[in-house]
Amino acid sequence: MILQEDMLIVSNINIAPRVFRMVLKGEIVLDITAPDQFLHIRVPSPDKILRRPISISEYNKIDKSCVIIYRVEGPGLAVVADMQAGHTLDVMGPLGNGFDMTGPFPNGKALIIGGGIGTPPLVQLAKDLTVTGIAVTVLLGFAQQSAVILEAEFAAASSQLEIVTDDGSYGQKGNVGLLMDDLDLMSYDAIYACGAQGMLKAVASRTETHPNAFISMEARMACGMGACYACVVHVAGDETGQKSLKVCDEGPIFRVGEVVI
Amino acid sequence: MTENRLAIQLPGLDLKNPIMPASGCFGFGQEYAKYYDLDRLGSIMIKATTAAARFGNPTPRVAETPSGMLNAIGLQNPGVDAVIADKLPWLATHFPDLPIIANVAGFSNEEYAIVSKKISRVKNVTAIELNISCPNVDHGNQGLLIGQVPELAYAAVKAAVAVSEVPVYVKLTPSVSDIGTVAKAVEDAGATGFTMINTLVGTRYNLQTRQPIIANGTGGMSGPAIFPVALKLIRQVAQQSSLPIIGMGGVDSAESALEMMIAGASAIGIGTANFTDPFACPKIIDNLPTLMDKYGITDLASFVKNCQEEIRG
Repeated sequence: MILQEDMLIVSNINIAPRVFRMVLKGEIVLDITAPDQFLHIRVPSPDKILRRPISISEYNKIDKSCVIIYRVEGPGLAVVADMQAGHTLDVMGPLGNGFDMTGPFPNGKALIIGGGIGTPPLVQLAKDLTVTGIAVTVLLGFAQQSAVILEAEFAAASSQLEIVTDDGSYGQKGNVGLLMDDLDLMSYDAIYACGAQGMLKAVASRTETHPNAFISMEARMACGMGACYACVVHVAGDETGQKSLKVCDEGPIFRVGEVVI
Repeated sequence: MTENRLAIQLPGLDLKNPIMPASGCFGFGQEYAKYYDLDRLGSIMIKATTAAARFGNPTPRVAETPSGMLNAIGLQNPGVDAVIADKLPWLATHFPDLPIIANVAGFSNEEYAIVSKKISRVKNVTAIELNISCPNVDHGNQGLLIGQVPELAYAAVKAAVAVSEVPVYVKLTPSVSDIGTVAKAVEDAGATGFTMINTLVGTRYNLQTRQPIIANGTGGMSGPAIFPVALKLIRQVAQQSSLPIIGMGGVDSAESALEMMIAGASAIGIGTANFTDPFACPKIIDNLPTLMDKYGITDLASFVKNCQEEIRG
């Protein structure tokens, strides 16, 4: 494990308003163990002293490349968005646990639910499940048509893809919760979700009794590797209120019902 | 020339080099041990420990500031008994020769005494850092920190010193009108030395929600932005007291470490820099000898001694 590396930027392109897709190359890719681990990126600007955790969207160990997709929310990632192919980016990683794909999958079916900028890490998951012969249903929600990303990638890595938008400007109007209500959720051997807190709550409320439902959490982090306790979440059902889990190194994936969303 | 040019001797602390991760930025060491051999470090100031387990503050707990950050973790820790049962034995097993500085926090003199008494009896704990200055918890003194009131600081230090088996260094807050008054009270109470500075207090707001980014409302500010404040206050305390100072506050390079020694520090805590670069501490240690050559410093012990002689005349 090399843990930190100056990765080569292969490309860095704008794919939606404020959303960028960056391809990186480096030895760190060889250490990735599961979809939705993340890279902790140092903004190349001396006054930006906190790294930015960005989930890995796709990776290829043969050419040691990986894809990160990020939305510019402030001046830090705006600097990253301006970086060009050929530059290097200081990253720590891979960090976090990643999605559990051990199943079992007696029905051969998995359900993937993503929202907005939470959709990228689900791409590799959909690909990996599809490759093993599992029928993958993907439900994606976005704010509006201009925010829709990764439709082709998910279409290629699923047997069914549904997209909804909050304003109905693309696909059905509504949210992924409504799409879930049309499905027999227990028929899916595993359910995976990544998105905003509200979406995760909507998923969790519908999958409380499902034995293999997983959510990917987002949190503000400092160290990114378990030392600083910035990113803790409460453990569900803990009456003392003192128990916590860290999103960075004990997550970002938790089972539904494991932590308080 | 001494055998080890980087060695520093302080009460309770036989340091092979003066660089140590600052409390709260390094957990209890396990996570960073995946990155490098912790025996590279002079010491580790472990995460603040209270009598009982604490979850700490709600999240978000951190925010970035220009050349700095805010944190309001709120002294999350598993409690002193768990630290003694699990965390310190792990360090003792893997790094038996590494001296550990235990950061002791509390909300009453009794708590400072209980935690100090218990933790100072652990073999690898060779000093205590008494945390009377965490800005992110309510000490029940009309919003004032213990470290902001000389009388309260005196009593807390006295309570800890009375029962501790190891030297007690006291962590000072920069948020006072006259740090000299608090430093004197701390010295009078029997402290062995000072660690300084704890974080400044600040906040940031979200433009959309118009609410503070940090759930606690305010947080402790750290990072290179506070470095000049730390230098000024370290010099001020060094001018009035001959007790050793472990300096901290925005150090992120061998250059800034030496500069803090010029201000009056004998050893250096590295905090926020660990987040920017997980290898910050070993890099600073590696860079010290070349930098010392550049400035004609043969060994750090005599450099520190010379600097402090100049300060105190």
